[in-house]
Amino acid sequence: MNSPILRMLGIEKDFSGVKALDGVSIEVERGKVHGICGENGAGKSTLMKVLSGVYPHGSYDGRIEFEGEEATFRSINDSEAVGIVIIHQELALSPYLSIAENIFLGNENSKRGVIDWNKTNLEASSLLARVGLDENPATKVLELGVGKQQLVEIAKALSKRVKLLILDEPTAALNDEDSDHLLDLIEHLRGQGITCIIISHKLKEIRRIADTVTVIRDGKTIETIDMHGPDATQARIIRSMVGRDLNSMFPPREPKIGAEILRVEDWTVYHPVDTARKVVDNASFTVRAGEVVGFAGLMGAGRTELAMSLFGRSYGTNISGRVYKNGEEISVRTVDEAIRNGIAYATEDRKKYGLNLIGDITVNVSAAALATLAKYGVIDRHREYKVAESYRTRMNIKAPTVSAITGKLSGGNQQKVVLSKWIFAGPDILFLDEPTRGIDVGAKYEIYGIINELAAAGKAVVVISSELPELLGISDRIYAISDGRITGEVAGVDATQESLMHYMTAGKD
Amino acid sequence: MTTTTPAKRKPRLAINFRQYGILAALVVIVVLFQVLTNGRLLLPGNVNNLIQQNAYVLILAVGMVVVIIAGHIDLSVGSVVAMVGAVSAIATNVWGLPWWASVLLALLVGALVGAWQGFWVAFVGIPAFIVTLAGMLIFRGLTLVLLTGGTISGLPDQFTAIGAGWLPGFLGELGGRDVLTLGLGLVTCVALVLQQLRTRATLRRLELPRETLTQLWLKNGIAIVAIMWLAWLLSGYSGTPIILIILAVLILLYTFMLNQTVFGRHVYAIGGNLFAAMMSGVKTKWVNFYVFVNMGVLAGLAGVVSTARAGGAVASAGQNYELDAIAAVFIGGAAVQGGIGTVVGAIVGGLVMGVLNMGLSILSVDAAWQMAIKGLVLLLAVAFDIFNKRRSGGR
Repeated sequence: MNSPILRMLGIEKDFSGVKALDGVSIEVERGKVHGICGENGAGKSTLMKVLSGVYPHGSYDGRIEFEGEEATFRSINDSEAVGIVIIHQELALSPYLSIAENIFLGNENSKRGVIDWNKTNLEASSLLARVGLDENPATKVLELGVGKQQLVEIAKALSKRVKLLILDEPTAALNDEDSDHLLDLIEHLRGQGITCIIISHKLKEIRRIADTVTVIRDGKTIETIDMHGPDATQARIIRSMVGRDLNSMFPPREPKIGAEILRVEDWTVYHPVDTARKVVDNASFTVRAGEVVGFAGLMGAGRTELAMSLFGRSYGTNISGRVYKNGEEISVRTVDEAIRNGIAYATEDRKKYGLNLIGDITVNVSAAALATLAKYGVIDRHREYKVAESYRTRMNIKAPTVSAITGKLSGGNQQKVVLSKWIFAGPDILFLDEPTRGIDVGAKYEIYGIINELAAAGKAVVVISSELPELLGISDRIYAISDGRITGEVAGVDATQESLMHYMTAGKD
Repeated sequence: MTTTTPAKRKPRLAINFRQYGILAALVVIVVLFQVLTNGRLLLPGNVNNLIQQNAYVLILAVGMVVVIIAGHIDLSVGSVVAMVGAVSAIATNVWGLPWWASVLLALLVGALVGAWQGFWVAFVGIPAFIVTLAGMLIFRGLTLVLLTGGTISGLPDQFTAIGAGWLPGFLGELGGRDVLTLGLGLVTCVALVLQQLRTRATLRRLELPRETLTQLWLKNGIAIVAIMWLAWLLSGYSGTPIILIILAVLILLYTFMLNQTVFGRHVYAIGGNLFAAMMSGVKTKWVNFYVFVNMGVLAGLAGVVSTARAGGAVASAGQNYELDAIAAVFIGGAAVQGGIGTVVGAIVGGLVMGVLNMGLSILSVDAAWQMAIKGLVLLLAVAFDIFNKRRSGGR
């Protein structure tokens, strides 16, 4: 066994009295992939910020040893100088600069302030080859998809002669194909002797690539698991993460399915910019009261576009088709109209489309149904407060009061605020787009419980998700979408990941 | 969990601290200049002038804070003030309209200007910075056309009273002091206390959190002293400036609008996250449109007030007014990105600038230096605000 490349011993860090890290220790072996798991708010990101010098030496307690020497980083520059590079969940690339410019941003190949473009592009090309990205280095980053941008980030890390690469939720925004490619790349880099720390909620991926896993909970190290050992199962990691047994990932439910509420016929949507392109192609589907209907599809298949175009034409142009509610045709030309017709859409991108992040919980909960709290345009703020408070309790939103700013809540709690907003709007049909993306196992379980409650109350719930096990676990019926067309419809009990995948890739080579 | 903070924390107080911080800064500046000017700053005449001279900034700041909360900016208000002033003066002196009709016409012109700019911002989607920069040139140009380079003076007394007049003291005088002004001060105090007690009773009935009795009376006590002291000073001069009544109504109206109405909430929602507001069913385009119409009307009112105070219309009126109003709003704690700001903050910000102007003038500081000092104060105020935010929310 070679010596560990990194040791963090008894790291403690607090924020105005609240302990975020309470004695975390972790040892990372050279040339291995080390997973870090934990619920949101467990302290993973804080730990990585301590390691990378975002929180300078002296602002935390404990000791960091890198390659056998004590590390006292005062900034990210210090940690990068010794070969520690962190890639954050939200990518930090400059969209209007080229790939090559981004790779060498802050680290330009220059002579007396003048950039050597030949050298820059040449080196960028060889770095791109190393990460398996077949693009011209002069391409602007905004023209790349998220998966490719991720690769540019890694190329950038390689340009800094990285020894320890830290990836924070690298696949959160990627589709399966891009995720696979990324995981392959990490394995490939491991072969070249680069050590990797990966933080991920996706335990399947952790199982696939991690050699060891450290579980963190409430700012403490719970255990370190050798993933090549016999008892390294997903259930074991989950148990460590939540501190209790999740005997089932999904809460039990007795479906009581009633009459058809929503029927969509021949729904066709064209791309807003590339107006010749059909994004949704003649889609027809139905949802019944008390039913949970899943929508499965690969990224770019048109799931979100279908839901958003139904929700007041929030996406697309040249939209055609008919929508019936309880057998009668309704118009959903504006968001306001959709809401008044009892349709709600909880977005997949809660930070961009879901929440006023500088507003408190109260204003977010009431945002979609303010009119019901107002008389002659004047808001009854006391009632509004009571409503928000009741949702905070009922949805178990972890915040001291409803005056807490939503931007400071964890992902799971933010999602609960978004759901509160739409439940308070009193819809009959809810479209939930990736309702559990980027949130931890415990909060996921709670959100499944909320979905069940909604269905039990006779609502029609449509869940769009990239995670097939999730769809299989909660849906009564699942539609598969591929290339904008609904390619299959399967009863939840009959569906398997394989059968869904078959439909989801139908019509593609 | 990063989100669970000790349950005893009171976030409401923290928010209030920010507003009180600006207020505290105003008090410090007033005391500073009171000392530096050997007590001349707060002579009754100066306090009266402080109100009448700065009324235009305060009116513009009320409109500007709404624009800035919605995430926009309006650079055209100075030119609109000049153009509306010209229109009202022409209407009165050339067309012979009665003063009140001229005022209504001025407000209407302001509304049309606002609708014009709102159309480009809200429905065409051109950034407000560009639209109002264009407006700044357009309306200044139109002012020059209207006045053909000259000035129009000799406005009727009823018109000039709006900016430079006082309520008639029909209750007589008591020891040389205007009884009406003292009475208005008293009525304001009683109304304030009653309103606070009523809110508190509602909160108690609904079992909602409320401030302690000590906090309540401390707050009310300070407010009562301030109001009565202002009334005392003004009653010893010429009485209640008409513009003070207009300002008080605007402050109450717009505070209510922003805090208690659906429209106000939508303004904050748009500034906080435009897309989230859209996806919650807010008619964002119309809200943006009305935000500019509203700014136009208030710019019209400011135009009337400054024309009235000057006693006539000149083509160079309203120069740099937009900068004063924007500075007031930011000193008052509004966020550059939108979504945050209050009317009271903007008013206090405007008064900070006003007191600085007056104090420096009394000290006979050169106008050039006054400008530099005002710039520094703006920078420091916003820096202080950002520093505060980092300290309280630096997670």
